[in-house]
Formats: sequence, C-alpha cells, structure tokens
Amino acid sequence: MNRIVRDIAIGVLVVAVLAAVPHLIPSKAFQDFVIRCSSMALFATSLNLLVGYTGLSSFGHGLFFGLGTYSFALLMQKTGISLPVAFIATLLITTVTAIAVGAICIRLRLIYFAFVTLAMQMLMHSVIISWVGLTGGDQGLQGGIPRRVVAGIDLGNQYNLYIFAAVVLVIGLLMMRHIVNTSFGTSLRMIRDNETRAAFLGIVVWRVKLTVFVLSAVFASVGGIVMSLFVSGAYPELINWPISGDAIFAIVMGGVGSFLGPTVGTMILLLLNDVVTRQTEYYGLALGIIILAFALGLRRGLLDFITERLGGRPAGGIS
Amino acid sequence: MDLDALLDCVTSSSCLVTQTTSGLIVGMLLFMVAAGLTLIFGVLKIVNFAHGTFYMLGAYIAYSTFAFTGSYILGVLAGGLGMAIFGVIFERVLISRVYGANVLMQLLICYAVVLICDDLVKIIWGPDFYAMGMPPEFQVPPLFIAGGVVPPFYIMLIVVALVIGGGLGLSLGLTKIGKIIRAAAHNPNMVSALGINTTLLYSLVFAVGGMLAGLAGGLAAPVRSLTPGMGFSILIESFIVTVIGGMGSIGGALIAAVVLGLIRSFGTIGFPLFTEGLMYIAMIIILVTKPSGLFGKEIV
Repeated sequence: MNRIVRDIAIGVLVVAVLAAVPHLIPSKAFQDFVIRCSSMALFATSLNLLVGYTGLSSFGHGLFFGLGTYSFALLMQKTGISLPVAFIATLLITTVTAIAVGAICIRLRLIYFAFVTLAMQMLMHSVIISWVGLTGGDQGLQGGIPRRVVAGIDLGNQYNLYIFAAVVLVIGLLMMRHIVNTSFGTSLRMIRDNETRAAFLGIVVWRVKLTVFVLSAVFASVGGIVMSLFVSGAYPELINWPISGDAIFAIVMGGVGSFLGPTVGTMILLLLNDVVTRQTEYYGLALGIIILAFALGLRRGLLDFITERLGGRPAGGIS
Repeated sequence: MDLDALLDCVTSSSCLVTQTTSGLIVGMLLFMVAAGLTLIFGVLKIVNFAHGTFYMLGAYIAYSTFAFTGSYILGVLAGGLGMAIFGVIFERVLISRVYGANVLMQLLICYAVVLICDDLVKIIWGPDFYAMGMPPEFQVPPLFIAGGVVPPFYIMLIVVALVIGGGLGLSLGLTKIGKIIRAAAHNPNMVSALGINTTLLYSLVFAVGGMLAGLAGGLAAPVRSLTPGMGFSILIESFIVTVIGGMGSIGGALIAAVVLGLIRSFGTIGFPLFTEGLMYIAMIIILVTKPSGLFGKEIV
C-alpha cells in the first residue's frame, strides 16, 4: 500500500511541476516536447509490458498506437459524440481488435511471434492506405478534430493539451506500474523466465499472455489518442512499421529491466531527434552511431546500466 | 478493386505473358535477397534486418562501376564482390558481438547500420533518384512471345538468378563445405568440437549472403530506380518470402518468391492498393497454420 501512495505522490508532484514550468519558462517547444513524449512514452512502456515483463518481442505494437489515432480521429470527425465518449469508445475498439489479433499471435513464440505481429500491423496499414474513402489513404485523415473539450476545458489550447497529456501519462504509468506489481505481474515474469515451469505451477499461460497483450494494446491506444490530439488527425506514418521501431528503440535504449526505462528511452529518442535534426541533415548517420555506441558500449539500456552501477538489481532483462 | 481488368488480362495471352515475366523478375530479385537472408538465419539464427542495405549498396556500386568502366557485367560483379566483403566486415565487427543476444538487440544494431548506410549513400551519391538505363549489351529489340513483349534483359535476369540459386542449392547439398554449413545450422557446438573453424564458417555465410544481395542489387539496377531507401521495401518482402518458404529453406524461398512476384504483378492490375495487404494475409496464414513455413523443418 505504501508503494502505491508513494507512486501517486510522485505522480502528483510531476504533474504539479510540469504545470508550473510554462509560467516560468514560456516555451512552446518544451510543451510540444512533453506532449509528444507523453504519447510515445505511454506507447513504449506498454510495449515493455510485453517485451521486458513477459518476454514477448512484438515488432507490430504500432498497430494499436495507430489504431488509437485513427479510431479516435474518425469517431470525433464522423460522429457527434463528445471527447470522453470517443476516448472510451476507442479503447473498446482497441480491446476487441487486440483480443482477435492477440488470440492469433500468442499461439506463436520467439521470432515467429515477432513476425506475425509485424504482419498484422502492416496488414492494418494496407487496409488504411487502400480504404481511401474512410481514412483518406496516403494523405491521412485531414480536417482536424472538432469539439476538443473535456469537462469544459478546451484541448485546442496548447497549454491545456500539455496538462492533459501530462496527466494522462502519469495516470497511465501509475496503472501500468500497479499491473506489474500485482500477482498478475509476477505471473508475467514467471512466463518470461520459464514458460513450462509457469504452466506446471498452474498458470494458464495463454490466458495471461492474451490478457497482457490486450492491456498493453489499450495503453498503446491511449498514446495514440494523445498523438491524434497533437497532430489534429491521423496519418499513415503513425501506423507504419517505423513507429514500432521507435518504441523498440526507446525501450532498448532506456532499459527493459526498469519500469521507467522506456520513458527515459523516449526522452533520449525525442531529444536526439530534435537536437540532431537541428544540427545536421544527416540525422540517420548520427543516430546510427549513437545507437551503436549504446548497444555495443553499454550493452543494456541506460536506466538498467545506472541501476546496476548503483548496486541494484534490475527487475528483468532481455539477455 | 478492378476484377474485370484482371480477368481481361488473364484471358489475353499478351497481357498474361507480359505480367508473368515482370512477376518473374520481381520474384527472382526477391529470391536472391531472400536466399541470403534465409541462409544467414538457418546457420546463425540471426535475422539480418540490414539485408536490404546490402541490396541497395550492391546496386549503387554496380551503377558507379558501370558509369566508370562502361561494362555492365563488371558492375554486377563489383556489386556482388563489394557486398561479400561488406558482409564479412559487418559480421566480424558488429554481429559477432550479439550472437545469442536478444533479437531486439540484433534488430537495433542492424537498424543502426541501415540508418548509417542510407545517409552514407546520400552523402556519396546524393539524395536524388538514379536510373542506370539499359546497358548497351541489352539494347536490342524485345522478343515477342504469344503477343507479349519480353525484353531480353528480363530473360537474362531470370536465367542468371536461377543459375545462382540452383548453384547455391546444389553446393549446399552436394559439396563438403555445404555439408559443414548444414551441420553447423543443426548443431554448431558439435561442428566446432570436430575441429572446424566455425568463426570462419560464419563469416563465409555472411559473405555468401552479402554477395547474393549485392548481385541482386546489380542485376536490378537497370530496371529499378536507385534511391537511398530502396533497401527497405525489398527487405520487408524478403521477410515475407523467407517466412512463407520456411526460414532456412533455399528451395522454399525460390517458390515463395515466384509466387509473391506473380501476386505483385497481377495484383497491381486487379487491386493496386491492396497488393501488399494480400501478401501480409498470406504471411499470417502461413505463420498461424505452419510457422515453420511451407518447406521449413518443424520447429520445436
């Protein structure tokens, strides 16, 4: 119980600090950064529920991120429902899709799981590209998102969206933190470490895997909704393969063994993106060299590396 | 959806011939890239996400060699040789450090190489599209088969790819080094214990895989436009081929590549926007019903 109280206190503190920052340093770029960070960090942390905690290497998690952006943007544009209703409806759509996709994917293991998830994502990408009438195809869903109001607060205002994104991120992280600290989270780690043993101890492996698959999809979808609000629509790039690549990048760079690893990794990724693209047009070259330095130098994520250096034991690993 | 156009094409012999040959050259290029990918996976259990980059670099090297010497054959050979060397360096310097590591770590290293090489290509050759144009040897009138137009270059490409693929399959099956490679795929520790230098063997496998992709790039250069991102689309498709054919199976890769090439060429007539979707559906069905692929060995 103490841990929950402490985590919530930290969360409230973070939101309070973030809410104060724009009054001291009025920087639009900083607010943009936090909004993008919130979206991607939710997405990356949700992927880590699969990769780091359950040992399921998904290459297609962007399916649910993209599904979140498209479902939410479409619901807001094509129907008259309010933002909170569209939010819940998007999560329901994601849940149903994730049950269907997950039921197929979790039958496979290791690299085959990775490939089937990638194929699922790319199939959804193809559907979106070819269903021009509904999704706008290549051009993406344009025309903005109407009625961006939650409890009388207009999210069209950037400061409001910034606070909204920070609150959603903190609540999402707290929920995921709670999930991995329950006995369900222990089952996940047991499956990761030894699936057969977990089965012998009475864990219904497929049910646990499917549950975590659906849960992680829902949190990825929340990240997608934040992104949809930020970009005012939905675009095919948000469901294409590199979006999954970014999340994998973030969790491996930040550290799969630490709960906040993916969040740290996301910040590294976005910072690199912003700083390097300002300095040079050869973003890929710089990023590639930095990745190699991390991967071959530290051989683990940044937060895992720090935890080990401080003498702690990281909660998991991908070795 | 334009099923009428598809039906018209299938019932007209000229369209049938044209689409089949263009499907076959797509399939053959895919096969050469996928054969290397599947060989590397079969022996080293490494999914080489940088394999499309080998193809791209092979094409650019062939382009420059052709521009410099005027000989297309030299260009293709330079692409193959260059990528064989690049493959060995890549394996020794980077991949050998992550044998047995998690697939995500391997993915990350390969991703870094893809990013670096794409930008290096931009620096060396510039970001623009390049078209090599048909080499003078092949600037001859096309053949007419059953009313369909077939450029001789296409026939050469198909024959060369088949010869290379056949040669690879036969040498894996019949020669001593082929036996050693198959044995290493099965049990590397035992092969090592028998006094065989597995380090050398692994480099050799990467050299062969790199060479195949480099040759494919060189062969593709006259019929494809060269761009810094050209490695990626062929990479995704060769993954599909590898998975459908069975990871580690060269014969499976050949059949799957041809099928995919034909789906692609006929699909562009019938349902241009959803051709890729069809390929992913095929991949999902195969993975779910028989994860080892059509011709792969059962996985445990």
